[in-house]
Parts: sequence; C-alpha cells; structure tokens
Amino acid sequence: MEGAGARPEAAWEPSPEHGRVAPRVAAEFPGLGIAWVEVDARSGPSPEAVRRRLRDLSDRFYGAHAIHMREQPIPWSYRVFFRQIGLDPDDVRTPAEQLALDRLHDGAFLTRGLPADAVTIAIAETCVALRAYDAARLEGRLCIRESAPGESLAGRPGQLEHGTLVIADERAPLELLFGGEPGRVVDRDTRRVALVAVQVKGVPQVAVDEALWIAASVIQS
Amino acid sequence: MPGLLERETHAGLQAGDERLARSELRRQIGRLERELAGLAAEAFPLRTIETPIGAPPGPPRIAGLGELEQVRDALAERIGEARRALAKQAELWTRNRELLERMLADPAAYKWVRVSRADVGEHGCGHWHSRPRLGPLGMLMGWWRVKVSSGCPLAGRLAAVELQEAPG
Repeated sequence: MEGAGARPEAAWEPSPEHGRVAPRVAAEFPGLGIAWVEVDARSGPSPEAVRRRLRDLSDRFYGAHAIHMREQPIPWSYRVFFRQIGLDPDDVRTPAEQLALDRLHDGAFLTRGLPADAVTIAIAETCVALRAYDAARLEGRLCIRESAPGESLAGRPGQLEHGTLVIADERAPLELLFGGEPGRVVDRDTRRVALVAVQVKGVPQVAVDEALWIAASVIQS
Repeated sequence: MPGLLERETHAGLQAGDERLARSELRRQIGRLERELAGLAAEAFPLRTIETPIGAPPGPPRIAGLGELEQVRDALAERIGEARRALAKQAELWTRNRELLERMLADPAAYKWVRVSRADVGEHGCGHWHSRPRLGPLGMLMGWWRVKVSSGCPLAGRLAAVELQEAPG
C-alpha cells in the first residue's frame, strides 16, 4: 500500500455484519444471505495504486475468460439464482458477468473513482455480488425480503410489484435484489460507505468475506 | 373445528409439497445451467451457443411452479439445440478432415480446393490450398500440390498495415 498513513491490507480484519433474510424467502432460497462492512469513505479519483491494480486485472482478463466464467462455481451460482428468481442472466447480467462484458467492450476495467473502483476490483477478483451504499442514509440493519403492497423505491416513480425481492433497511426498500438501478449510492458528501455483499447458495462464506475485505482494503489503502 | 384443523393441515401439506417441487425444479435448473455453460464453453471460440431463454420480464421474485417449469423446459430445449448444433458441426469437421486427407493424397483431383483450419475445427488462421506448382506451367503439366499457409499474420505486420492505412 502506498501513501502516508496507509494501512497494510493484512493488518485490517473485517468483521462483516450479517443481515436478515425474511423467513419465507429464506425457506425458498437456502444459502441466500446479505453481509456488509462499513468503512470511512474516500470519494474522488482513485490513487495510482488502485488504477494500476485495475490495469493489472484488465491484462489478466480475456474473452475466453468471460465465456468460461459461467462454468466456475461462484458465477454459475449467481446465474442459477438469477434463473430461479425469474431473471434471465443473459438479459439481466450478473454483476461479475456485467463487469466482464464491460471489460471486453471498453478494452479495460475503466477507473470510475472510489469507491466504485474498489467494488470493481473485489467483484473481478472474487465474482461475488457487491455494491456500495451511503451508510449515513441507511437506517438499521439490512435485510432481503419481499416488497409489501404499496411500497416503492426511494426516488423512483411507481410502486413495486407486490412480492418483489428487494434489499431493504429497517425503513424501506433500497433497491431490487438484482437487476435494478443502484439506490442510495455514494456521492461526494458520503462520509462512510457500506459495502454490501449478496450471497447465494453455492457461494462460500470465505469468498464473501474476501470480497468485502478486498473492497474495504482498497478504499482504505 | 376438527374439519378446519384437517383443512389447515392439508393446506400446510400442499404448501410443503409445492415448496419441495419448487426446490426440485431449482435443482434441475442448476444442473441444466451447468450443462449449458459447459456446452457454450466447449463450442467457443469456433461457434456461439445461444443461451438466452427469453424469461418473462419482471422484477426479481419467488418464481412459482409454472414459471420454474418454463425455465427448466426452455433450458432443456436450449441444451438440445446446442447438442444438435455441436453434433452437426462435429460431423462437418469430420467430413472436411476426410476431404483434406484425400486432397493431401491426390492434390490434382481437388484443384483449387481450399480448406481452412476453422473448417476442420482447429484454431488459428492457416489453410490448405491445392494449387499448381510453378503457376500456369504447373497447370498445363498437371503438377498440383497442397500448399499450407503460414498461419495468422504477425502483430508487427498488422501494425504496419494499420500505419499505411492511417490517413495522413
């Protein structure tokens, strides 16, 4: 790690918090889980070390990788889960596959600043579905549940279809579990970032922990 | 009251059965997805296997029995199509390889025939071409041979072409 005051990756141990999955959803999808860590935000352009890491990742990634990715256990698990919740992963891409397509389309993993680059690196390294929220805008613990009648996503027109699978805090749904636009995203005013991983059956806990650890370490580097 | 309890138990059993059925369908979808992914990887890069199944649009949800059955059947159909396409492709490659063997054995019988590496299921840019030795003289004399191309253009040569084609 570079820069004054930087913490070595190995010295930082994340202790992810685990959210609740509504009983009906958990009964249908054993292995579904949500975990997150909060870290101090550092928004703005990524430092050179992070951009170099993105370049290194780009160099390791080819078209064949994108094709064979779906045979690997973790990307396969997300593809299967997408099919099980009514999404076609060839239409609504899993996070890792979307990243792979973007990489092939753009010719590299393009830098989008922090914390977006941290999430990109963590997904590319582990294939675990990860996203970042502004921690200050979250209320209480996160959960995965079905939407109730009349609920809607903040800042979006229209109501959610009853029974839509969402990620929610204790106040309201934040965004669709998969396949939607990100909600309560990080902006310039964000002081703390909640890095959130969605685990599905077949994704080992160690991979989830690693994804959170990588993303948090990159932000804190 | 006993009737109500009985009905509730029955309803509970039905719900449990449906959940088991959905669980089984999800397991089958997982297995089929793995098989389809394997076929897509096997075909790459010489052929593209279509994997979209055109799921009904909608938000993420707990898919019901009917929907899961549709997904399973669509995946099974895709796998069938992929297998047939791969088998057809393999048959074509075999025929082309046999043609190539005959061509190598008797180039004069296959004048001007050109077989590429892709035609026989091999990677790369090379090809086999039945051509006359020494141009028109060879044509008149019946001196035919199979010429093997040198493969893909080198990156340096491609860069030179791009430089030449660049405006200014």
